[in-house]
Amino acid sequence: MSSTSLIVRAATRVLTGLLLVFSIYMLLRGHNEPGGGFIGGLIGATGFILYAIAHGCRATRQALRVEPQMIAAVGLGVALLAGVIPLLIGDQLFHGLWAFWRYEGGYVPFSTILVFDVGVYLVVLGSVLTIVLALEEEV
Amino acid sequence: MAGSSHDAPALGGPIGIVSILIPAALFAWLCTQIGAVTQGPVLWTMDWVPSLGVEIGFLLDGLSLTFALLITGIGTLITLYSSSYLGYQAHYPRFVAYLLAFMVGMLGLVLSDNLLALFVFWEVTTISSYLLIGYLADDPKSRRNALQALLVTGTGGLAFLAGIILIAAAAGTFNISELPDLTQSLLYPGIFVLVVLGAFTKSAQVPFHFWLPNAMAAPTPVSAYLHSATMVKGGVYLLARMNPSMGGTDAWFWTLTVFGGVTAVFASVVALKQTDIKQVLAWTTLMALGTLVLFIGVGTPYAIEGMVVFLVVHAFYKAALFMVAGLIDHGTGTREVDRLRGLAGKMPFTFAAALLAGASMAGLPPLFGFIGKEFLYKGALESPGTLWVAGCAFAASALMFAAAGIVAFRPFTGPRSVPAETAHDGDAAMLAGPLLLAALGLGFGLFPDVTEPLLGAMAGAVLGEPVALDLYLYGGVNTALILSGATFAVGLVLYLLHGSIRRGLQTFGEGADPAWDRLMDGVAAGAKGLANFVQGGRLRVYVFVTFSTLAVMLAATLIRAGTLPDLFELEELRIKHWAVLIFIVAGAGLVAVTNSRMTAVASLGVVGVGVALVFIIFGAPDVAITQLLVEVLQVVLVAVAMLKLPHMKPENVKTVRGKDMILSLSIGAMVTLVALHVMATPLDLRITEYFEANSVPQAFGRNIVNVILVDFRALDTFGEIAVVLIAALGAYGLLRGTRYRGGSPR
Repeated sequence: MSSTSLIVRAATRVLTGLLLVFSIYMLLRGHNEPGGGFIGGLIGATGFILYAIAHGCRATRQALRVEPQMIAAVGLGVALLAGVIPLLIGDQLFHGLWAFWRYEGGYVPFSTILVFDVGVYLVVLGSVLTIVLALEEEV
Repeated sequence: MAGSSHDAPALGGPIGIVSILIPAALFAWLCTQIGAVTQGPVLWTMDWVPSLGVEIGFLLDGLSLTFALLITGIGTLITLYSSSYLGYQAHYPRFVAYLLAFMVGMLGLVLSDNLLALFVFWEVTTISSYLLIGYLADDPKSRRNALQALLVTGTGGLAFLAGIILIAAAAGTFNISELPDLTQSLLYPGIFVLVVLGAFTKSAQVPFHFWLPNAMAAPTPVSAYLHSATMVKGGVYLLARMNPSMGGTDAWFWTLTVFGGVTAVFASVVALKQTDIKQVLAWTTLMALGTLVLFIGVGTPYAIEGMVVFLVVHAFYKAALFMVAGLIDHGTGTREVDRLRGLAGKMPFTFAAALLAGASMAGLPPLFGFIGKEFLYKGALESPGTLWVAGCAFAASALMFAAAGIVAFRPFTGPRSVPAETAHDGDAAMLAGPLLLAALGLGFGLFPDVTEPLLGAMAGAVLGEPVALDLYLYGGVNTALILSGATFAVGLVLYLLHGSIRRGLQTFGEGADPAWDRLMDGVAAGAKGLANFVQGGRLRVYVFVTFSTLAVMLAATLIRAGTLPDLFELEELRIKHWAVLIFIVAGAGLVAVTNSRMTAVASLGVVGVGVALVFIIFGAPDVAITQLLVEVLQVVLVAVAMLKLPHMKPENVKTVRGKDMILSLSIGAMVTLVALHVMATPLDLRITEYFEANSVPQAFGRNIVNVILVDFRALDTFGEIAVVLIAALGAYGLLRGTRYRGGSPR
């Protein structure tokens, strides 16, 4: 991948970070505004793919630190966890549980829904990267 | 098959003893039912699927009880025989399991009152007989013959199933005991053909006969059991059982008498050609089956009485003679009639059993077989089409006489041959069965009165009306007796001449077997050709077929709907709509005309982005964002994959481009029409309103799409992301699998 231009290589260092931050932003705001785990995961994957195009697959795998299929598998586990937690306290499977941390002038909500969406995010990110990286290495 | 039984545990060990006791106990219990059944049928039902009103019933009448007694009684003797014959073998427990499974299937077949249950048991016998015939699985011929039996009887079984469904449609019931007269039904021709097809394949009538002699690849006890009392009589049982509701028509009479008669005569002629005792017996079994079918077709009281007696006679002597064949094989190591002479001195008990059973087979007085033959002749003489029926019965009986001499008399008499020098008789377990059955043939012949109640009830069940059966050895000089005398004379001549008859017959060809092998090869080649045709491995063909099918189906549906949707008014389009439209059309047009794959992929991406813009214009930002991202990723993925492909050749492109364009335009037109149809249908907004009302109070979220995804329908989403993960792992495996196979992981 040395043929990639310097401009692209330099730009992606910034762009990848921005895309990752943006993907988490999309994930978190998804409950009330356009966004969510699926879209967030896709954006995150785009960031890494851009990195792979500029710096190669080996560098991308090093940046990821774990195998992408592992990310996806962990994501599925996290999503399942979000569904099982209500079951453990006697509620229905995948029933949303909410907790609010209140402070003066507002509150921060926490929920199993968010945990579930994080799981979706990780599954989509990991799955897309699994396919793309394997495909690029194959070529 | 010869083997030492000296090191075998007595009666085959615990497994063997259990396998003997089970049929013995059933036999004993069935015997206690004889008294009740001769007074009238006993129906025993229990709920099967109560919510659907389906119950499973067992019908015990003269027909089913006689069959059940033969199955369990002969079954007991066969398991006893097998404990010595096969008990020393390593696979003996497997054999016992197959045999008992077969026995259960056979019992269920004859006892079921429900036709569907009957069919299930019918198939149990088919499958377990496949396992039994192929028991010597190391031998390719054995496997091939087992498969042949399975395919022939299995195909007939499917026809029978279709027949059952038609019967239920015509009669409104699956219960045999409630069946009305089906002959007046409009469905009768269909029922008739299908049921007869099932029965003829199971009972090996010409032209489906060829599997039965080949099934002799099985160990001898299996042949003795399957081909005397049980499996091959399944079809006879079915015809007898259906006779009250399906018999009496011209079609019934002529089909059964012609096929039965041809089978009987043809098979008894071929029997004389054989040199292997088991093969002679197999072909005479075909003769017996043909005779039984012939007389069920005749259907008069005398004919049915003769059929009933002959069925029992045949079960006794055929089981006995097969076991004798096994004893000879066991004692001498060969079954070739030419090599076997003068066995009587070395195998006196076997000879006694063979002589009695053979005499019954030949129809000599005072054996039970004589009574059976007399009644058959009486039935033939009073039948319509007398000449054909009586002629077939006469020819088959005379040939049978000769065959009986070949297998049951000739090997034991005359000067001792070489294999006879070292021959030894079987042990008690192996001799008990043939001796007992042969003695019964004599006992029932001398005292036929004892069989009258049960066989009378059996004939009554087949006829559908009560019968007073009166069996006797000597009824004065009449035509039947004269025919019997002539049979013996002709049979004796045939026996004396059988050497030259055999040589004459052996000049004929191999029969149906080579044709069967060609058929099987043809089926395999056809299947391979079809698979290569529909699964040729060319993606363009798959895609073309899939989408042209879609286009045709959509067109058909739209034509059936009849109305064309109203075209929307173009004035409603504003400039931004036009802009997006042109954007999309331009992208699609570029895909169609470019000669570069990369340009095509990128242009498709443009189309996708245009669609995302449509979503934005109509207020679905979530969908738009997803669409946009998926488009981008798709372009990247396809572009990466494209790097591996060679350049498109312009001349190749030209040949397919026109065709593809027509297909694309048709799909586009159809989808547009469907979309317009959908828009013309008023939307049911109740679900949307529910989510709008409940999204914030119940799930604390204003983005309904996401709230549905992660809360209301979280379980669905979980399933979907699991699918995403599995797809990714699948793709990973496909892409990396080849690399790991080389032995050098990354």
